[in-house]
Amino acid sequence: MRAMTTTPSQRLARGLLPLTLMLSTATFAQDATSGGEVEVLNWWTSGGEAKALGALKDELADDGIGWQNMPVAGGAGTNAMAVLRSRITSNNPPTAAQVLGYDAQDWADRDALSSLDDVAEAGNWDEVFPQPIQRFAKSDGHWIAAPFEIHSTNWVWANTSMMEALGIEQPETWDDFIASLKTAQEAGHTGLAYGGQPWQDATVFENVVLATGGADFYRQAMIDLDPEALDSDTMVESFENFRELLQYKDDNSPGRDWNLATAMVINGDALYQIMGDWAKGEFLNADLTPGEDFMCFRTPGTQEAVTFNSDLMIMFDTGDEQQQSMQRTMAEIIGSPEFQITFSQFKGSVPARNDLPSDELDACAQRGYEQAKAAADSDTLLGSMAHGYAAPASVKNAVFDIVSSFVNGNMPSDVAAEQLAMAVQGASS
Amino acid sequence: MSKPPSSRGAGARERLQHWLPKLVLSPSFVLVLFFVYGFILWTSYISFSDSGMLPDYTWAGTRQWSRLWSSWTWGIALHNIWVFGLLYIVSCTLLGLLLAILLDQRIRAEGTLRTIYLYPMALSFIVTGTAWQWFLNPGLGLERTMHSLGWESFSFNWLIDANMAIYTVVIAAVWQATGFIMAMFLAGLRGIDGEMIKAAQIDGAPTWKIYLRIVIPQLRPVFLSAIVVLAHLAIKSFDLIVAMTGGGPGNATAVPATFMYSYAFSRNEMGIAAASAVFMLAVIAALIIPYLYSELREPRS
Repeated sequence: MRAMTTTPSQRLARGLLPLTLMLSTATFAQDATSGGEVEVLNWWTSGGEAKALGALKDELADDGIGWQNMPVAGGAGTNAMAVLRSRITSNNPPTAAQVLGYDAQDWADRDALSSLDDVAEAGNWDEVFPQPIQRFAKSDGHWIAAPFEIHSTNWVWANTSMMEALGIEQPETWDDFIASLKTAQEAGHTGLAYGGQPWQDATVFENVVLATGGADFYRQAMIDLDPEALDSDTMVESFENFRELLQYKDDNSPGRDWNLATAMVINGDALYQIMGDWAKGEFLNADLTPGEDFMCFRTPGTQEAVTFNSDLMIMFDTGDEQQQSMQRTMAEIIGSPEFQITFSQFKGSVPARNDLPSDELDACAQRGYEQAKAAADSDTLLGSMAHGYAAPASVKNAVFDIVSSFVNGNMPSDVAAEQLAMAVQGASS
Repeated sequence: MSKPPSSRGAGARERLQHWLPKLVLSPSFVLVLFFVYGFILWTSYISFSDSGMLPDYTWAGTRQWSRLWSSWTWGIALHNIWVFGLLYIVSCTLLGLLLAILLDQRIRAEGTLRTIYLYPMALSFIVTGTAWQWFLNPGLGLERTMHSLGWESFSFNWLIDANMAIYTVVIAAVWQATGFIMAMFLAGLRGIDGEMIKAAQIDGAPTWKIYLRIVIPQLRPVFLSAIVVLAHLAIKSFDLIVAMTGGGPGNATAVPATFMYSYAFSRNEMGIAAASAVFMLAVIAALIIPYLYSELREPRS
């Protein structure tokens, strides 16, 4: 998820991408024929992500399989997916690719993927991976993707020393949460460290919807896309709560990258940030200890539920025996208990399997892992709208449009709910 | 003895001279035909198809077009390109003309000044956008500098204000293109017959009247060229906006080009993206074709 950070140079790269696509794919095409190697398309290029991917590379090397990395950085995978499309269209698929959300289903619908059923059966995947994950990793009852981990997006990251200095207890309800933000603001701090980019707006918004309406309402509105729920009084109330929360961000937030917002909490400029668990990596890189120097807790009002996203590895049907056996080995490794733990340690996530001990994870991840398991059991492990696990990309972006306009303008809450319902309908028609 | 070979040689040379231009031009002709006009047709077809993540050739009628026109962001994008285009063209033309007239007063160091004004055009839009983004960002640039110099009440936050952000893009774009337009007008001014101006001066006409009645009317072709150049730059504006605001805050500075990119590459809506691309092409064509027509016709008449 780090790839969502966009520096000016990455924006530049994104702008130039369509031009460079053809050139880069042409060179990849020549290398792909060498034997005994897997070619893996991904956008994991930053510190923790690259280390996590390195774990997979090492495991494969132990099995004598070479690794040909094909990183395409930037744009939350947008660039990588563009490269992938051109590779598939030119009939030259990579061995495997890291994808998010509905993309795996889309490729499966085009019969581009290898089935992983035999690996899944041997590894008992039907039992160990929670249903909501299977929803994305299976197509028509067949396994088509190997899930790496579970990231969850309903976390608050808090500066412990500021909380102590201001006498703030960890808030349990939405009202307490707002009250603590107010305390921080009155003491001259920024309450909420906020990055004003569409996906971050939507990440915070989905937290507010979940806290306001509860898990059932979230499912109805964000996953089932029920027009009545989208334009309901509860949604209007969600927008009102969102507006109230936005009072506690600073004025300079538009366009800010998420990791810069995290740095505000780290440096003691802001009290909280609402962000997915990848934010933890920033704290750990600053040599801070979870539970002592910073706190992680579920967004107040959403403790019962977990909104998730999950990286998936899909394997392409290359029609080559050797490639197929290597793909199976790779899927086996990704689904294995040891790898799931190692990977999550590097990536800041929690394992996607629900049958592992949590003692090797850090304090935040231990709690997160137990909560994710509990949520899966009580059917409140919900796909994140902001990260493409609630609805396909077209709908997700239509939601971004409205939410960002709401954040950056003076749109009244009832108009916002009405527009949201219309935009979602327009995008899903 | 020597005649037949030479005439054969001359015949071959003639044939070569006849065919060479065609031979040399044909590859580029074929390439342009295929990659430009071929893909225009392909994109037009895609805009009437069911294409989403990948091209899908199922005919969908005008579905993508009606979805385009009912899209929330498309409305913003059209409004922005209208505001941006109009302000950009008008400001560049007026400022460029003014600078050209001032530079045309036989001043010292004219060459140096001209180069200084022209330099921004040498920068890419990405560089311009990034630099202006830093400069106008309240937390980094102008506002912060003013605050640290002691002017605490100074405020210039257009870049992060959804209602004003598009104007910051206009500022940066005008800064970049004005020098170029100035050079065009300067060349136009130098082409005006000095005798006419002298005659007017002898008749006692005030300078402003000379410019208004004699000089500016003669610059008509330069105005036309400047407006056409600026108009298509405005419609193509993509990199400047991506570098400066990323289309934000929210979608406040979305323009048709960023709209098209986002729908094609991040929203898996290739059909809508194609429809918006065809629409942009149609608008540019409506501007450029009459201009090219008049330009290419003139020498013959």
